[in-house]
Amino acid sequence: MSALVENWPALLAGLGTTLLVLVTSAVGALVLGTLVVVARVSPVPVLRAAAFGYVQVLVNVPLLALLLLAVFALPDAGLLAPLTLTAIIVLTVYEAAYVAEALRSGINTVPRGQVEASRALGFTLSQTLRLVVVPQAARAVVQPLGNVLIALLMNTALAATVGVVELTSAVNKVNLVQAEPIPIFGAAGLVYMALALVIGLGAGRIEKRVAIRR
Amino acid sequence: MSAAAPSRTPMVSLQAVDKHFGALHVLQSVDLDVAAGEVVVVIGPSGSGKSTLCRTINRLESVDSGQVLVDGVPVPAEGAALARLRADVGMVFQSFDLFAHKTVLDNLCLAPVMVRGTPKAQARREAMELLERVGIADKAGHLPAQLSGGQQQRAAIARALAMRPKVMLFDEPTSALDPEMVAEVLAVMTSLADEGMTMVVVTHEMGFARRAADRVVFMDAGRIVEVAPPEQFFAGGGSERTRSFLSAVLTH
Repeated sequence: MSALVENWPALLAGLGTTLLVLVTSAVGALVLGTLVVVARVSPVPVLRAAAFGYVQVLVNVPLLALLLLAVFALPDAGLLAPLTLTAIIVLTVYEAAYVAEALRSGINTVPRGQVEASRALGFTLSQTLRLVVVPQAARAVVQPLGNVLIALLMNTALAATVGVVELTSAVNKVNLVQAEPIPIFGAAGLVYMALALVIGLGAGRIEKRVAIRR
Repeated sequence: MSAAAPSRTPMVSLQAVDKHFGALHVLQSVDLDVAAGEVVVVIGPSGSGKSTLCRTINRLESVDSGQVLVDGVPVPAEGAALARLRADVGMVFQSFDLFAHKTVLDNLCLAPVMVRGTPKAQARREAMELLERVGIADKAGHLPAQLSGGQQQRAAIARALAMRPKVMLFDEPTSALDPEMVAEVLAVMTSLADEGMTMVVVTHEMGFARRAADRVVFMDAGRIVEVAPPEQFFAGGGSERTRSFLSAVLTH
């Protein structure tokens, strides 16, 4: 236990980095994923194909491979960014594919008939999306998006492998000195669980608030 | 054919309309004029193309060839012009398709406010009058899921009427309803017909066809087989195919 107490500034800094990476890449992935899904359901074939390709490539390549590629290959190509920023960008691009898939599953829950009904009433495509599809799809995607964000939280630990000193990396460093793996990694595990719980409970609350009364 | 002189522009006109679904030739050179104020009931076996015919009128289904005109204007292929035309053509679907996240009142107000630019207060007032008329004013604040099927379909009719359409299309409006709820929906449709609304109704309700139709259109295998006033149509003087269909649907 003393190992944790003595090293709390380093551990706290690691936790801070984890939260920074989590929040920034979560916001980025939600924005980028929304753009991708709009392209995915648009009437423009080129946009649809591009969005489909984006999602397929990113869900079929391991995140670790993407991180290594970005950290070691991009500087070779003349693109040099700080490690933490690189990790945030890679996580954003990667998780956006999952956000897009979660949003698309939500859009698919809106009955086709309601889309036809709104077209029959004279709504344009953008009005149909804005007034009928999105408000209902939003209610179906809260929980899946929560799961994507929890996965993102867990994936931030992979940034440790490319030298970002986030929570997992920080506890690893402490353990190398203190050699008390059970309390040190156990505590880190509890912190991740607590964060995941916060995301899960938050999603549950939002879902209740926006649920359609049946 | 009705005796009415076709001197005025028909409200709806299908001219040599052809449509395929893959290999299936679902509409085969279909011609049909519907005069203003006329009620045309389209009947026929499943798969005969009657729903598709109805859906080509506001271009929920595109056509391969031929022309569809509403009030003398060719139906635009897409975009804002098509949306404007659809605003003038009311449609009622088999599965009601009310917006599940909006109250009944908001279902009625949404299109007038967003498409027509009607002030909110006026839209609400007119919506309440329509709900009164279809007998569900007490459900204005309810969500669609809280209504019975018959009430939902009456709300859907009111939603279409809120746009003050020139013509109303009904695509099997009672097919998804419990028998005891069919009557309340047909009553609303009958009163609409009596008030002079131009209507194209795809249905299996022969009683409604007898009572409310000016003309009955019988379709089979993508073709219009017969067009006749109901008394003549149901008298059984038509084609072999019409008689076999009628004997099948009228015996039970």
